[in-house]
Amino acid sequence: MSLTRQDVEKIAHLARLSITEREMPVYVSSLSSIVNFVDELSRADTSGVQPMAHPLDGQHQRLRADAVSESDHHEKYQRNAPAVAAGLYVVPRVIE
Amino acid sequence: MSNWEVVIGLEIHAQLATKSKIFSGSPTAYGAPPNTQADLVDLAYPGVLPVLNARAVQMAVKFGLAIDAAVARRSVFARKNYFYPDLPKGYQISQYELPVVARGTLKVMLDDGSVKTVGITRAHLEEDAGKSLHEGLAHATGIDLNRAGTPLLEIVSEPDMRSAKEAVAYMKKIHTLVRYLEICDGNMQEGSFRCDANVSVRPKGQEKFGTRAEIKNLNSFRFVEKAIQYEVARQVELIESGGKVAQETRLYDSDKDETRSMRSKEEANDYRYFPDPDLLPVVIDELFIEAVRATLPELPDQKAARFAKDFALSAYDAGVLSASRELGAYFEAVIAGLGASHAKLAANWVMGELSSALNRDNADIANSKVNPRALTGLLKRIVDETISGKIAKEVFEAMWSEGKAADAIIEAKGLRQITDSGAIEGVIDSVIAANPKQLADYRSGKDKLFGFFVGQVMKATGGKANPAQLNELLKTKLGGGNA
Amino acid sequence: MLHNLFIGELAERLAKRQISSVELTRHFLSRIERLNPALNAFITLTVERALEDAAAADARLGKGEKGPLLGIPLIHKDIFCTSGVKTSCGSRMLDNFVAPYDATVVARLKGAGTVMLGKSNMDEFAMGSSNETSYYGPVKNPWDISKVPGGSSGGSAAATAARLTPLATGTDTGGSIRQPAALTGVTGLKPTYGRVSRYGMIAFASSLDQAGVFARSAGDAAAVLQAMAGFDPRDSTSVDVPVPDYSKALGAPLKGLKIGLLREFFDGLEPRNAALIEEALNIYTGLGAETREVSLPHLPLSVPTYYVVAPAECSSNLSRFDGVRFGYRCEDPKDLLDLYKRSRGEGFGAEVKRRIMTGTYVLSAGYFDAYYLKAQKARRMITDDFRAAFEKVDLVIGPTTPTPAFDIGAKMNDPVLMYLNDIYTIGANLAGLPAVSVPCGFVDALPMGLQLIGPHFAEAKLLNAAHQYQQATDWHKHAPRGYE
Repeated sequence: MSLTRQDVEKIAHLARLSITEREMPVYVSSLSSIVNFVDELSRADTSGVQPMAHPLDGQHQRLRADAVSESDHHEKYQRNAPAVAAGLYVVPRVIE
Repeated sequence: MSNWEVVIGLEIHAQLATKSKIFSGSPTAYGAPPNTQADLVDLAYPGVLPVLNARAVQMAVKFGLAIDAAVARRSVFARKNYFYPDLPKGYQISQYELPVVARGTLKVMLDDGSVKTVGITRAHLEEDAGKSLHEGLAHATGIDLNRAGTPLLEIVSEPDMRSAKEAVAYMKKIHTLVRYLEICDGNMQEGSFRCDANVSVRPKGQEKFGTRAEIKNLNSFRFVEKAIQYEVARQVELIESGGKVAQETRLYDSDKDETRSMRSKEEANDYRYFPDPDLLPVVIDELFIEAVRATLPELPDQKAARFAKDFALSAYDAGVLSASRELGAYFEAVIAGLGASHAKLAANWVMGELSSALNRDNADIANSKVNPRALTGLLKRIVDETISGKIAKEVFEAMWSEGKAADAIIEAKGLRQITDSGAIEGVIDSVIAANPKQLADYRSGKDKLFGFFVGQVMKATGGKANPAQLNELLKTKLGGGNA
Repeated sequence: MLHNLFIGELAERLAKRQISSVELTRHFLSRIERLNPALNAFITLTVERALEDAAAADARLGKGEKGPLLGIPLIHKDIFCTSGVKTSCGSRMLDNFVAPYDATVVARLKGAGTVMLGKSNMDEFAMGSSNETSYYGPVKNPWDISKVPGGSSGGSAAATAARLTPLATGTDTGGSIRQPAALTGVTGLKPTYGRVSRYGMIAFASSLDQAGVFARSAGDAAAVLQAMAGFDPRDSTSVDVPVPDYSKALGAPLKGLKIGLLREFFDGLEPRNAALIEEALNIYTGLGAETREVSLPHLPLSVPTYYVVAPAECSSNLSRFDGVRFGYRCEDPKDLLDLYKRSRGEGFGAEVKRRIMTGTYVLSAGYFDAYYLKAQKARRMITDDFRAAFEKVDLVIGPTTPTPAFDIGAKMNDPVLMYLNDIYTIGANLAGLPAVSVPCGFVDALPMGLQLIGPHFAEAKLLNAAHQYQQATDWHKHAPRGYE
C-alpha cells in the first residue's frame, strides 16, 4: 500500500510537522515502505479476539483521594519557557 | 416557520466541585493568578503521568444515579488528539466508547406546566483545557493553564428539544440538579457550567434530521435562548433561499445577537481517539455505587412532589420553591415556624417579596437579609391580623434594610392594624360625611366607588384598618347600591 | 582494576573504607575524560554533582551505614528527568531543557546512595536500534568503533561495556536495553511492565516502555533492580505487588528448571548465532535444567504489531512538544500554525518524525480498525501464546539479536531493515514480560547475547538463571580491547 504525497502532506499537517520540499519524497517513500510492512497484519485472522490496550490484563485504575498536594512553582517552571509575559505563556495571536 | 421543525440537543459541561484536579493534585479554586495552579502534570511536562481523582468518579456516578442511568461497571479514558495552545498535552483525556454514565432521562417542566421527558445519551468524565487571553498582548495570545485539568462532566442530551424554550428549561433543570447533588456550583460567570447547542431544522413530518450546526460555549440561559432563536431563523432562511446548512461550529455574539462561523476551525478535526495507555480501565463495583447512592439528597422532582402533596401547592409553585435546595430549605423552615396550614401564605411570600428582594440585591438565599425565623415572625403577624398583608410589605422592606425583627418595626412605626370596629366605624362615618356626591353615586349604582371609599378609609387610617372588617362595615354603612 | 570489579566487590571495599566513594568516582571520571571522546556515550557529564553525591555517600558510609549501592557511581539514560540537570532525550527539541524534578527511578537510586556521573547518549526519544538518530551524534561500540552499540540505550550500553561506569539505567520499549546489551557484551535487564515506575521517564510508547538496568553481571543487575522496583502512586500503570529479595534469589539450583526453546526464534537462525545458543543450552542442561520446544505461533506478527502500536502511542505522547511551555521554539513564528510546524519540524529528527507520522496515520479516521485495532488484537494473541507457553515451561530462551553489531550507517536508509533488528526482543514488550540479555560468546570478534524471557514478575527466577549461567561461564567478564 503506497502513500501519495497528498497523504503525507495531510498526515504532516495533522501532526503539525513541517516537511521541506527536499525531504518530502524521502518521507513519502519511507512511510510507504513502513505502511507496506505493517500491512502484513491484515493477513492475520483476528476474528473474535478482544483488543489489548495494556499488557497487564485485569488491572484496573487506582483512585486517588481528592486532596490538594501541589503548590505554586510557576516562577521555577517559567524560568526556561520560550516566551512568558505577566505569568502567561505567550503564543502568536490565536483567532477564535 | 410553521412548516419547519426545530431539533435541538445540548452538550453541557459541568465543572465538578472537587478540591483537586481530575488527574493531578493541583487546586481547582477559581480566580488565582495565572499559572499558579498548574503543576507539572497540568503543564504536560515530559515524563509526567495522570492519576485519577476518586471524587470525580463519585460525582459522575451520583449524577448517573440521579438521572436513572446505567452506571458503567467498566469505563475507559481515551485521548482526543488535537493541537491548541490551551491544551498542553496536545490531547484531552476524555471518555469515548465507554463512558462512565450511559443512557438516562430527566423530566423537565415547561412554561405551560406540561412535563417533557428529555433523554440523556450519556455523561462522561474529561479534563478541562486552560484559558486563552488576548487583551493587553499585541499580536499575541497569553495562555493561563490554571483551569487545565479541572474535572468536567460532559452531559449529552438526546436531540429531544423542539424549541429554544424547551432547551432552556432542560438546561435549567440540569443546572438545578447538579447543584442539588453538590457536584457543581453552577456558576456560569466563572465558567463552571457551560453549554454547547446542536441545532438543526427539518420539514415538519420528515424523519431524517437536518444538518446541524454546533453553537459553542453559551454561558447564560438567556444567551442559549437567543442564540438558538437566531440560529433557527438563519437556517430556515438559508434553506428557503436554496442554500444548504453547513455542519460547522459557530459562536454566539451577544452584542450583535447573532451566531457566526468559527474561522479558525477547519474541516472536521480527526481526533484519532484511542484508549489512554497511561490510565487503566475504571472498574466500579456494587459497593462503590451503593456508597454513592447513600449520599443522594432528596432530588428536585421528589421535593416538588412532596411540597405539592404536603402543602397543597400547585405543581408550578412547588417547582419554583424546589428550584434550589437552599430555597426549599428556607421555605420549609418558615413552614416549621408558621404551620403547614399557612403554606400558601409562606409560598407566596418566599416566591414574591423575598425573591424580589434577593434579585434586586443580586444576592442568593444564603445571604438573605431576612432569615426564615424573621420571615416567620412577620407572617405570624399577618395570620393573627396584627397587620394587613399590604402593611406587611412595608414592614418587610424595613426588615430588609434595617435588619430588625417584624415586631420591633411594627411597634416603632405604629403599624398595628386597627381592629376596633368602633374606631373603624368612626372613620367610615367621617369619610362618608365628607364625600356626599360619591355616596349618592354609589347608591345609584356606581359599584366601582366602593373602592374609592375603601381607599379613603385606608388613607385616613394610614392603611391600618383591618381590610376584612372595613369591607363588612362599609358595606353595611353604604347600604343601598349593589355592593 | 577498580572498573572491572562488580558492584558487590566495590560495595565491600567502600564499606571497609578501603576506598572512598569520592576516590572511586574520580577514577571513573578520569576514565570518562580519557576514553569517552572516542565513544560519544555521554550527552552531559555531571562532574560537580558526582563529587557532591560521592561526598554525601562517604558521609553516610562514615556513619556506618551499609547498602549495596551506597557510594556506587552510575549513569542515567538521558530519558530520565534529573532535577536541575539537562535532560535532552537525545533531541534538539529538549537541548535547552533542564528538568525541574527527578524521575522516581532517579530519586530511588539517589536515595540508595548512588553517584550520578552523567546522562548517557541515546537514540532520539528512544526511537532506534543503533543510537544513530541522536541529535548529539552516534555512539560507537567500544568493541569496534566503526560499529553501532545498538539502541536506543546505546550510550548506557557502551559506557558500561567500556567500564566507564559500573552500571547504567536504560529503557526498553522494543528491545532498547537488551539489544544494545547483547551488541556490547553486557547484561541488560527489562523488568515486567509495571514493576518499575515510569514517572519521570520521558514517554515514547506508554504501554511498552519500561525502565531497566545495564550492568556487567546478573548479580549487579539484581542489586539495582532492588532499588528501582516497586509501586509508585504517581504512575497509574505501576503495579502494587511486593518486591522480593532479588539478591537472595540468586544461587537457587536450576535442577528441574524447564526452559522453553522457542521454535519461532530458532527457525532460520544464523548458524553461528545458533551455535552459541546451543552451547548455552548445554550449560543449562549441565546445571540440571530441562529443555523442551515451545511455539508461539503468532510471534511473527510481533514486529508489524509493534510498529503500529508504538508509533500510535508516541505520536500522541510527543504532541506536548510544541514550543509553548518548554523546549525548542523556532525563530520568529509568524502565526500559531507556523510555531507548531517549525518548532516540531526543526526540533525533531527524521526517525522521530517518521514514527509520529506513522502513528498519526494508523490512528486516523478510516485506518483505525485496519491498523491500530488489528494490532491490539494481534497483541493479545501474542500475549496468550506466551501465557500458554509458560504453563509448560518456566522460562523461554533464545538469541537477543539476529546479528552482531553492524556498521554505523549501514541501515540508516532503510527503516524497515532497521526495525527487523528487534525481531527477538519485541514480543516481551508486547506481552509486558521480564527479559534479560547476557553475553554468550562472539561472532566475528563481536559480542552476542543470550536472551531469557519469563512470565510476569518472574525477575527473581530470570536473574537467578542468568546468574547461574554466569557462574559457569566467563563471557560477561570479557572487556573490549583498550578498555580493560
